[in-house]
Amino acid sequence: MPTPPVPDADTRPFWEGVAEGELRLQRCDDCRQAIFYPRSICPHCQGSSVSWFTAAGTGTVHTYTVAHRAFGDAAKEVPFAVALVDLDEGARMMSRITGDPAAVSIGARVRMAPETFEGADGAFALPYFRIDGGGA
Amino acid sequence: MTAGASRRRAAIAGVAESDLGKTPQHTVLSQQAQAATAALKESGLGFGDVDALFCAGNMGFAPPMAMAEYLGLQVDWLDGTNIGGSSFEAHVGHAAAAIEAGMIDVALITYGSTQRTDRSRGAAGPATLGSQFERPYGLPMPVGAYALAAMRHMHSYGTTSEQLAEIAVSARDWALLNPKAFHHGSGKLTVDDVLASGFIAEPLHKLDCCLVTDGGGAVVMVAEDRWADLAVRPVEVLGHAETSTHAQISEMPDVTVTGAARSGPEALKRAGVSHADIDLLAIYDSFTITVLMTLESLGFCKPGEGADFVAGGRTGPGGEIPMNTNGGGLSYCHPGMYGIFLLIEAARQLRGECGDRQVDGAELALVNGTGGVLSSTSTVILGRG
Repeated sequence: MPTPPVPDADTRPFWEGVAEGELRLQRCDDCRQAIFYPRSICPHCQGSSVSWFTAAGTGTVHTYTVAHRAFGDAAKEVPFAVALVDLDEGARMMSRITGDPAAVSIGARVRMAPETFEGADGAFALPYFRIDGGGA
Repeated sequence: MTAGASRRRAAIAGVAESDLGKTPQHTVLSQQAQAATAALKESGLGFGDVDALFCAGNMGFAPPMAMAEYLGLQVDWLDGTNIGGSSFEAHVGHAAAAIEAGMIDVALITYGSTQRTDRSRGAAGPATLGSQFERPYGLPMPVGAYALAAMRHMHSYGTTSEQLAEIAVSARDWALLNPKAFHHGSGKLTVDDVLASGFIAEPLHKLDCCLVTDGGGAVVMVAEDRWADLAVRPVEVLGHAETSTHAQISEMPDVTVTGAARSGPEALKRAGVSHADIDLLAIYDSFTITVLMTLESLGFCKPGEGADFVAGGRTGPGGEIPMNTNGGGLSYCHPGMYGIFLLIEAARQLRGECGDRQVDGAELALVNGTGGVLSSTSTVILGRG
């Protein structure tokens, strides 16, 4: 069982989106750059007006690692791949890349494929990614 | 050094470690008391002389307050700046500024950790605030973050695991000359040993990673008015700069460049010296990749040339540019926030007290702390007084 995220006033729309299979990001109303993680101020220009939009859920692996050791429950899942994904809209986020870790490489195209877990405090979904084979 | 000669100068006086390694006899507070007592004694000063306290340990709510209470001190200046392992280089900069401004005369900087005894490495709370976007993915931290940086560095510049391993090999060579080093008696390390030690997070192997030890340290800083009273040769703080680029690895602007690209040149400029003047390097070595990226970011070589810079024992004993002469976090000790030990070793080298590992003619040292996950950097230039 992964450590569940604790959604808050800044981030709740993001996690609600993941549960519905959507990747929701913010864009700055002033400088128009995409923002991740969600917050109340634009980290690019410090503008205070940001709006939510639904992203494509696709991106490119900027870098990755394959963990052979881990703490807690994640230790049971090694080896697994975690990447920094450059989303097509311009923001960067961390996620798991599911499937064969040996298939992950820098520059690989990936697509969001959320997975749902039953936590002690209810179900939650994480925006995992998988190598984009071109299918839907 | 003539740069800024008109300002009220600050120097490192006494320095000390507490017991290192595995210390079940200690708490984080008793470690710091032990180190502080020794560092003040070496200075020729007492606790009554201390008017400023700097702490960054994780000992509950408000660490400087807890430390002052334990020591029975009521000081006029408290600084609890915590920017990870580089906090202590920041403390030196802050103390120097307060000394320069005439606000304080004697500063005590302390650190302690019992993480090896507590087996607390990797313990984490709920995934709140920014961590909700990283912790659920299960990456072991901090090593996983450094692995992400190393993988990208390899992709961009063709850096290899063999090249990274050279940093661990040189660190071990220094540790063999330091009786206080955890691996003092462990024998030489080879590149093959590092590569055969197994992946923790690709491309980093177990021996690309620092030790997990207990340990504490203390550094005393003194205004120039008091230098004549000291029992030890003062080591002058010539320049300092610090910055942070992010807190979490997914927010790092360029995962192959650290904030040392900003703090390094600024600290050198403030000291009025250049890279070529530096005799000794003390570079935070939480992981081999930390050193490689820091050397590049500081400007000792170009991006992608860090591997050549450290190749062939160039930073090891007898090498052209001695680095981490105590054996570093890789082979000497690493209790979680290592930065105070960089300062302790640099001060001892500049005083010429390092015995078998003494660097001949060491007059100018660059100390660079790195905190978090390549997140903060703090650079200090020290000169033999």
